[in-house]
Amino acid sequence: MNRKNSKVVSYNKWGYIFLIPFIVVYLVFQFIPLVSTVYNSFFENYRSGLTQIGPNFVGLANYAKLITNGDLIQYTKNTMIMWILGFIPQIFFSLLLGAWFTDPSLRLKCQQFFKTVIYLPNLIMASAFAMLFFTLFADSGPVNSILVSMGVISQPFKFMSNIWATRSLVGFMNFIMWFGNTTILLMAGMMGIDQSLFEAAEVDGATSNQVFFRITLPLLRPILVYVLITSLIGGLQMFDVPQILTNGTGDPARTSMTLIMYLNKHLFSKNYGLGGALSVMLFIITGILSMIVFRFSNSKK
Amino acid sequence: MSKKLLSVVLASAMAAGVLAGCGSTPAPAAAPAPAAEEKKEEAPAEEAKEEAPAEEAKEEAPAEAAADEGKVLNIYCWNEEFKSRLTDHYPGYEEVDATNGKIGDVAVKWNITPSTDNAYQNNLDEHLLGQEAAAADDKIDLFLVEADYALKYVDTDYTMPVADLGLTADELANQYKYTQDIMTDSNGALKGVSWQGCPGVLIYNREAAKEVLGSDDPETVQAAVADWDTFVKTAADMKAAGYSVMSSVNDSYRVYSNNVSTPWVVDGKIVIDDNLMKWVDDSKALVDAGETGTHALWSDDWSKGFYPDGKVFAYFGPAWLINFSMAADTEGSIANAGGWGAVEGPQGFFWGGTWIAAAQGTDNPTLVADIMRQLTTNEQIMTDIVKADSDFVNNKPAMEAAAENDEYAFKVLGGQNPLAMFCAGAEKIDLSNLSPYDQGCNEAFQNAMKNYFDGNSTKEEALDIFYKSVVEKYPELTY
Repeated sequence: MNRKNSKVVSYNKWGYIFLIPFIVVYLVFQFIPLVSTVYNSFFENYRSGLTQIGPNFVGLANYAKLITNGDLIQYTKNTMIMWILGFIPQIFFSLLLGAWFTDPSLRLKCQQFFKTVIYLPNLIMASAFAMLFFTLFADSGPVNSILVSMGVISQPFKFMSNIWATRSLVGFMNFIMWFGNTTILLMAGMMGIDQSLFEAAEVDGATSNQVFFRITLPLLRPILVYVLITSLIGGLQMFDVPQILTNGTGDPARTSMTLIMYLNKHLFSKNYGLGGALSVMLFIITGILSMIVFRFSNSKK
Repeated sequence: MSKKLLSVVLASAMAAGVLAGCGSTPAPAAAPAPAAEEKKEEAPAEEAKEEAPAEEAKEEAPAEAAADEGKVLNIYCWNEEFKSRLTDHYPGYEEVDATNGKIGDVAVKWNITPSTDNAYQNNLDEHLLGQEAAAADDKIDLFLVEADYALKYVDTDYTMPVADLGLTADELANQYKYTQDIMTDSNGALKGVSWQGCPGVLIYNREAAKEVLGSDDPETVQAAVADWDTFVKTAADMKAAGYSVMSSVNDSYRVYSNNVSTPWVVDGKIVIDDNLMKWVDDSKALVDAGETGTHALWSDDWSKGFYPDGKVFAYFGPAWLINFSMAADTEGSIANAGGWGAVEGPQGFFWGGTWIAAAQGTDNPTLVADIMRQLTTNEQIMTDIVKADSDFVNNKPAMEAAAENDEYAFKVLGGQNPLAMFCAGAEKIDLSNLSPYDQGCNEAFQNAMKNYFDGNSTKEEALDIFYKSVVEKYPELTY
């Protein structure tokens, strides 16, 4: 009896040993930074010129400052708007392309080629991509030259001085960069659906629209929820594209300033206190939004 | 049993993997050793040859090192300007590659970080704060600062008084006083020197002047831009002929901001001077009339006017803008064809200026002192800089003599000699309203006001954005 027990325990031990690498990496790169961020958020700690101020314990003053100046709501709104502007076309085209690619009856040619091409924009560095758009859509950039010479507009259009033009450009860039990735994820989900269901539907005389909306979409729900949540978290952390496109200002009038760009502003003075408080609030916002999406998509059943 | 063995092996492999991540440094060092030994055996003759000169060098080294301190000179700066000055004019400087040079047997290491987004200062600050702990060869020896943030470094212990380097007041007597005022700390010690003076002028496009004003003669042009009212009238004429009076509203910013009566920050509170609000109102009027743009300085849109197709009448700038930034080396630019002219413009101003400062703790004080001496006090070298690079140098008697001398005519200005104008301007520069916050405030003010000019926010909203972004940069300030 005793021997048997000890054998079970010793196997359990191996389970824990196999977990060590994950635990170590998690502790060093996730948990410790997380705790120190929360810890830092209670201190006044920044650098003025070459003089270090703090760290002095100030309690919740940093949080109070962030909440009372009201900017946080504006920047959350900006971030969500730019994310939605990119996400809607992204999910639409991904579903469409995914359905086409996985439909054996279409017999698409050069599938591998197109799959590679739609994924390619994701391989370009986001900042390089933003820099490219910044130059293309400059007041006297090539896009304006083409539009003027074609007679579409008489005066160069100032893309970067127009609130919705700037936001749309950011959304468009995110769409171009990420729809290939989403297509691949959705295709994986679609290919996991039992082929016999499609065959049965075909036998019953369902149209391809009916097949898509009655079979593919409902069975794709878990993957869709995953895509939605990862994209939402990625969207909340949007930084490099708007940062480069607006030269860090979030202009016009800070309407394209995202939460992380705002966080980055505090790096100028190495303001760990305020930066920490902002990070914690970002963490909470992300948590709440993810929870809402998760509940919403699961309860509909 | 075999299962158990397998799991032991796997677990230890994994543990080894984790540990290897922590302390992998000794491992690679051990690996190449055998290879190196093999090479030795293969080519003993070569090895011997190589060793001989190396040993000789070692024997010489101690004698020199005593006289001539560190073997590495670390220079921190934000563009190629100082490097080209040193390469072209410092006796004995040899270029090795883009970021390395040599002076005698001292290796010169250039650490060039662009100043955009404060990157230069961030990098410099990190290294200055780590200066004490750094190895002698890694210590910053010399760094450059600009007028906008010179005060941030002057009144600290990170800069070394030039007197400690052996530069005497007599040697520096020919320099313009303002260049020394700015670098003098609260105890009266001079902390840095400059080879250039940066009084600004209005740089005009001769072609546009001929077309619109009837003549590119400096007197005619000066009459058309003598004060802001006539400047606005000229702007309307320029627009009628298809020219922008200046590339962007930010071009005239310095002209207003140098003529303020209060510094940006008084007792920890941000103050916006009336003259800056005048810039806002004047600029808004110009933008609304479609007579100039709102893009940032240094942007592609801004520099379009360096070429004839850009259709820009004027830029405001000091000598370095003309010679260093206006694409004078590019075929087809206005500067390349000598198509600019210079006049005093509506108001005097200055812009920028680069100061050489020695970092506290440098291991090459003699060499640093000599660089300062040669570039900022050696009249021969300084006049060479004027001739070769069309810069305005920090040597009053030499410049006043050169102003009379046609030899010093600027090619980019079509043979005009603007030195007299610069001399007069340098005398008038007043730096009493500088603050350590200038760079952050100037940048934030221009960025914020762009929203007002573009019609995306009201003046009050734009000011609010300005205050916000300044407080983000300097949390200790209030408004």
